[in-house]
Amino acid sequence: MSAPRVLLDPTPEQRPARRPRQPRLSELDGRCIGLLDISKARGDVFLDRVEQLLQQRGARVLRFRKPTFTKPAPLDLRQKIAVECDAVIEALAD
Amino acid sequence: MQEVPPLPSGLVAFVKRDCPTCQLVAPVLRQISKVVPLTVFSQDDPGFPEGVETRDDTELAQSWHRGIESVPTLIRVVDGAEQQRVLGWQRKEWEALSGVPELGPELPEWRPGCGSLSVDPGRRAELRVRFTSGRLHSRRVPLAELEDEIEACFARGWSDGLPVVPPTPKRVLAMLEGTNRSPQEVVAVVPPDRVECTVEKVAINAVMAGCRPEYLPVVIAAVEAACSDAFNIHGLLATTMPVAPILVVNGPIRRAIGMNSGINVLGQGNRANCSIGRALQLVVRNVGGGRPGEVDRATFGSPAKLGLCFAEDEEGSPWEPLSVALGAPPGANTVTLFPGEAPRSIVDQLSREPESLCRSFAACLRTLHHPKLVLAFDCLLAIGPEHARVFREAGWSRSQLTGRLHELLRIPGSELARGAGGIAEGIPLASGAEASQVPKFRPGGILLVHCGGGAGLFSAMMGGWVTGAEGSQPVVQEIRP
Repeated sequence: MSAPRVLLDPTPEQRPARRPRQPRLSELDGRCIGLLDISKARGDVFLDRVEQLLQQRGARVLRFRKPTFTKPAPLDLRQKIAVECDAVIEALAD
Repeated sequence: MQEVPPLPSGLVAFVKRDCPTCQLVAPVLRQISKVVPLTVFSQDDPGFPEGVETRDDTELAQSWHRGIESVPTLIRVVDGAEQQRVLGWQRKEWEALSGVPELGPELPEWRPGCGSLSVDPGRRAELRVRFTSGRLHSRRVPLAELEDEIEACFARGWSDGLPVVPPTPKRVLAMLEGTNRSPQEVVAVVPPDRVECTVEKVAINAVMAGCRPEYLPVVIAAVEAACSDAFNIHGLLATTMPVAPILVVNGPIRRAIGMNSGINVLGQGNRANCSIGRALQLVVRNVGGGRPGEVDRATFGSPAKLGLCFAEDEEGSPWEPLSVALGAPPGANTVTLFPGEAPRSIVDQLSREPESLCRSFAACLRTLHHPKLVLAFDCLLAIGPEHARVFREAGWSRSQLTGRLHELLRIPGSELARGAGGIAEGIPLASGAEASQVPKFRPGGILLVHCGGGAGLFSAMMGGWVTGAEGSQPVVQEIRP
């Protein structure tokens, strides 16, 4: 029998291990929610309304903004959100 | 890598029976072996030549690892280390190397040898796999007995929608011959998954795209440029707009690898043009994880997303090449990446004066993306030879042409304002600014490239994407061997 045919893997060989989701917040009252504006037009309109709704439910809201929607958020911004917030909502708008 | 034992001390000869010169020197080898220790490695017949101590090298391991190019080759070895070698039969050289006088008095002074079996074109690829596959670190994916190789690549999600060349170790090792770089050298960190991409992974994807080994340095340079912060392939991939990296190759390598800069330059039919652009996109897909419907959110996309790569016609151009205009030294091999949409045609078959032709270009360029949107996008303007002739004959430089286009593309704010012309789309205009002139493109935002041919009073324009540091900037990258 001939040797088995093999191909070389063109991918980074990181099979997507399914990561468990973070546990959901059980309530909003007293929690800090980050709102991340990705700098697309009218994202602020959407987030203003989300902020109102969150505050009505007793949450504290912090606002963040990416420098440009075309690139991933800078590391320091991601770390700031992770340190200061219990949860984050990222707004896509156009 | 497979190890081979060191060469025995004394004299060592590599021969094959199929070589007339080796048969000619067989008596000489017997003559030498009576005086000094001699070991003969025989490539095709362990019994040849008779009367001397032979070693079987029909597997060609010693021949491969000692870099034998022709037979007979005579080598002097001391403590396992080669001191000197002689190729073919040369009486004086053989006498000097062996220290044995009056070798083969009946032989001619000199006879060239034959090609070593270890460099035989028909066997080289197989030998490379046997002796150097340890260079490859990528995971081996075994195929089932009845599995079709090309269908297997589709099934594993490695294809852009067209068949790919299955990346066997043999093909990938051959591809790696196209570069001096180590297979494990990291070329770039590829978005969106931000994965380190080695030369080997680029080579695998270049095989799949259909590249020849001599294209590999261009593909590597394109990957480096695409993944730079300035070019920002991440944003280009993720955007809803129909844009892709457009590759323009400059320098002598264009001709060396047979690229097309003439008839049908932006179309099909040339292997280098078609496969180099495709290889970059396969790296983004397979290494970076950038796939349509996932991070790639293009509303329409464009055929250029399969890969769009072409060469500039430098020889026929009235101007310095695009790469030089962007700061590269003249004569350098470069690839320039432009973030652009698919080409659109500009037809002007009547203008014979630069001013008239410039006005045609400006009228068409104004419409890029939208006639009322300005300063958001660059453009790549491909000028065909019959249009370029108009400027050459009038003695216009590249900067004169782009300068005039910038002048003609200053548009009254009143025409651009939101709502103007009954069109909601447009720019926000401060009140009182209606009389101001707004440029369509930023300074430096019109890039010229000369290509296409032979007949046709046409040019082509490719609109860009979000320009500047917020989006993507054209990047010129040197191609290194």
